[in-house]
Amino acid sequence: MSKIKLATVWLDGCSGCHMSFLDMDERLLELSSQFDLVYSPLVDFKVYPEMVDVVLVEGAISSVEDEHKIRHIRKHTTLLVAMGDCAVTGNVPAMRNPFGPLPILERAYHENASAQQQTPCSIVPALLERVRPVHELVDVDLYLPGCPPSADTFFAVLTDLLAGTVPNVASLTRFGA
Amino acid sequence: MSAAVDVKTLTIDGVDLSARADQTVLEVARENKIFIPTLCHLDGLSDVGACRLCLVELKNSPKLFPACVLKVEEGMEVITKSDRLLHYRQTILELLFAERNHVCSVCVVNNHCELQSMAQSQGVTHVRLPYRNPKLAVDASHDRFVADQNRCILCTRCVRVCDEIEGAHVWDVMGRGIDSLVITDLMQPWGESTCTRCGKCVNVCPTGALFDKSKVGSSHPKYPDFVPYLNMMREGR
Repeated sequence: MSKIKLATVWLDGCSGCHMSFLDMDERLLELSSQFDLVYSPLVDFKVYPEMVDVVLVEGAISSVEDEHKIRHIRKHTTLLVAMGDCAVTGNVPAMRNPFGPLPILERAYHENASAQQQTPCSIVPALLERVRPVHELVDVDLYLPGCPPSADTFFAVLTDLLAGTVPNVASLTRFGA
Repeated sequence: MSAAVDVKTLTIDGVDLSARADQTVLEVARENKIFIPTLCHLDGLSDVGACRLCLVELKNSPKLFPACVLKVEEGMEVITKSDRLLHYRQTILELLFAERNHVCSVCVVNNHCELQSMAQSQGVTHVRLPYRNPKLAVDASHDRFVADQNRCILCTRCVRVCDEIEGAHVWDVMGRGIDSLVITDLMQPWGESTCTRCGKCVNVCPTGALFDKSKVGSSHPKYPDFVPYLNMMREGR
């Protein structure tokens, strides 16, 4: 049996979900015989492959780049997992939604900057008016709430997915867990 | 000798049970270890049927009934678990999450929140409805407590405990529908209100909407069990 092609992506999140993924420690070795990590902030591939079996998406959709990426990922992935509260609910990035992006940029690049106060207008992607959870833009196959989901949760879920079964997520994790 | 107790017989999930005529379906279910989810109900306070999580089915009726305010009747056949009920309960929880700004990960009652644990127990792993993200106020004018409207689910436990147990009736609800807010006095800041500083509302609040300023991080367990105890002690007087 060929190995499962696994990818992980990092949108508007803090990378804590990826840290928790790595916290599986030696259990990662146990699982890694069953998958190839084909794209991830943890490895050095620059291009999202033509077809990926399972992708773990960390982070909310906050910028035009996030939106572009998630649509591309959905098109080239069989099973898309929303990993962590930012991907599932918007979480902390979405706390700007009641105010909109302008006061946030103002705060970061003007009020809190001691020199060169200016809002970036090129190179960095423009912020969307509203931060949205992944499933508001593309279909999500599995939701993994938690901030972050624990290493035990990751291990249980990946073990099930690699065995071809659907994990009972609500028994493992929850919003904020 | 007191008058004979009026006893009704009914079934809940197929189990034959007897109950006093003045009991609710929720009370009888809990006495018999049958779990019905609730958020606005609290032992020791009156019931208002606000959250609708305790909706149950009655055989031979297409309607759903809130168990906390449904009095038992002779021959009643109650169903507390079905796919239809689970669907409604999950949707109610999703509506609560979508309505205001609930960010469990940075909430002072993370891991001690009834909304959070209820979502997990009812299998809610995401919210299918678009989040409203309304702009809501935080009232930190009180020297001991904070009221964060972002986390309020309008269960009205604070209103009832302040009125029925403390006897102060500082809390009430203003506005209608989605614009409803719990307020102190006639929408005065909490710190300038007639609050007696007893803290009962904080301890019965199921979420992080009312919390104690002295608690930091997410270390804010609530202790709502004092209400039936207070009632019991007062009965003897």
